[in-house]
Amino acid sequence: MRYLPLTEDDRKDMLNVIGAGSVDDFYQDVPEAARLDGQVPDLPDYMTEMQVERHLTKLANKNVSASESAFFVGCGAYKHHVPASVDHIIQRSEFLTTYTPYQPEIAQGTLQTLFEFQTQVAELTAMDVANASMYDGSTGCGEAALMACRATRRKKVILSGGLHPHYAQVTRTVCEAQGIEVVQLPVGVDDELALADAVDEATACVIGQSPNIFGTVTDLTPVADAAHEKKALFVSVFTEAVALGLVPPPGEMGADIAVGEGQSIGNSLNFGGPYVGLFAATSKLMRQMPGRLCGETVDADGHRGYVLTLSTREQHIRRDKATSNICTNSGLCTLAFTAHMTLLGGKGLTQLAEINHEKACQLADGLEGIEGVEILTPRFFNEFAFRVPMNAFDALQGLLDRDVVGGVRASKLFPDEPDLWNVIVATATECTSDEDITLYVESLKEILKG
Amino acid sequence: MTVKYTEDHEWVKVEGDTVIVGITKYAAEQLGDVVFVELPDVGASFDKGGDMAVVESVKAASDVYAPVGGEVLEVNVALTDAPETVNEAPEAGGWFAKLKLSDTSELDALMDEAAYKTFCDGL
Repeated sequence: MRYLPLTEDDRKDMLNVIGAGSVDDFYQDVPEAARLDGQVPDLPDYMTEMQVERHLTKLANKNVSASESAFFVGCGAYKHHVPASVDHIIQRSEFLTTYTPYQPEIAQGTLQTLFEFQTQVAELTAMDVANASMYDGSTGCGEAALMACRATRRKKVILSGGLHPHYAQVTRTVCEAQGIEVVQLPVGVDDELALADAVDEATACVIGQSPNIFGTVTDLTPVADAAHEKKALFVSVFTEAVALGLVPPPGEMGADIAVGEGQSIGNSLNFGGPYVGLFAATSKLMRQMPGRLCGETVDADGHRGYVLTLSTREQHIRRDKATSNICTNSGLCTLAFTAHMTLLGGKGLTQLAEINHEKACQLADGLEGIEGVEILTPRFFNEFAFRVPMNAFDALQGLLDRDVVGGVRASKLFPDEPDLWNVIVATATECTSDEDITLYVESLKEILKG
Repeated sequence: MTVKYTEDHEWVKVEGDTVIVGITKYAAEQLGDVVFVELPDVGASFDKGGDMAVVESVKAASDVYAPVGGEVLEVNVALTDAPETVNEAPEAGGWFAKLKLSDTSELDALMDEAAYKTFCDGL
């Protein structure tokens, strides 16, 4: 915790520098009527360092920690095990304290890890080329839409009904500002293939997700084929990178752009961010890719080295014509991804994916045995939607009382969908123990009995 | 056959109502080693001044504007594998696209060789 006290003299010195008589002078431009008269209610004038520490600790203790409970939340943010070695690597000062370490003369270590990262992402997604990452999956999704519009010179984007609603929202936000039409297909648990019928000659891209927000795994090849027939692009989204150890990766389904969240690998939940957006494309579209790209080359003496490449497309050179105005990423999260992926290897990733799937099957089997509970997701990886014979909010509250964080309320994701009021999306990972699953199932039985 | 020039350093070779378009030797020298050329789609139409192509060198990526309005009849696909042709022969093998003119009077606003030379000398 940072506690930064100021003395009267500190304040006076600062006010003198900018020529203000008092702190209240800062607010002279705010109309009198809009100003608070007196103190903020219930906010003490000051607290000592010890008082603040105690107060904040009390507040922090209200949180239910993912590591201390039976935790079944997913939907874009996943609780996986991060080996201690990953933390050790990313905390090396050469990595931890550098800022925009892109000068090849001094940053070969960082550039090499970025190059390795790109190689891993390209292999994971089965695409030709990957960039050095985006902020997160959702901003990556927005960038993919913009990229498709640039590449096709069209201005229409179609989103599937199973796309993560946050991804959809970010995409709408960035597209609307550029006059791009965004079509949202009806929300559906198992409706990704509807994109194939929706695509037309005006469409720049269709954006589908597998596994989707309800956990449904879909072979999206028919969507890719339908898009290509209309000369549109297919953007394949995933929020759970570990799934790619088992399910068909975007490249094998004909994706032109693959975009997803890499938090699952090497990164903690981090209260929702910073995360690491994975972004890959076909080599044909390489020059339309946003973000940084690291390349391997040789120096004057023929030694292998790494540099940023294709940066002539970035905003410091191309200004308003730049492929993207996102010139940065969460580098340390990217490094954590690379470190964990390197430790796992291809075989390790498949094994990890298998464990995840088994745990989810075990959970689904347990829940399915409860009278009135219906599993909605027909094919899933490590998360699935299910219906309970009561309000999902109350069910999850009851579970929380029994130390089970039971998942995400579907109506929280889609507040405008009345049919989802009794639907929960639950996730199991390698961190889920048999006891967690038993506790979940037994607790839900109890709650339903009333 | 006449050749005309623009202030954006494009050349236009006129053959009846079709024109061949490229960038001038001056432009190619300014750009440095060309590493990539993004060509328009055949069949695409551009207004005069529209973003027709992108030429990328080790130093910069620059737009190539349509010097006159028209529809793209043919593009120089050889540039995809050999973009260096733009440096080697900018006003011959390094051509970008062949356009069908939409308005021949647009040619009148362009410079002839002598005027372009004077223009470059003044830069």
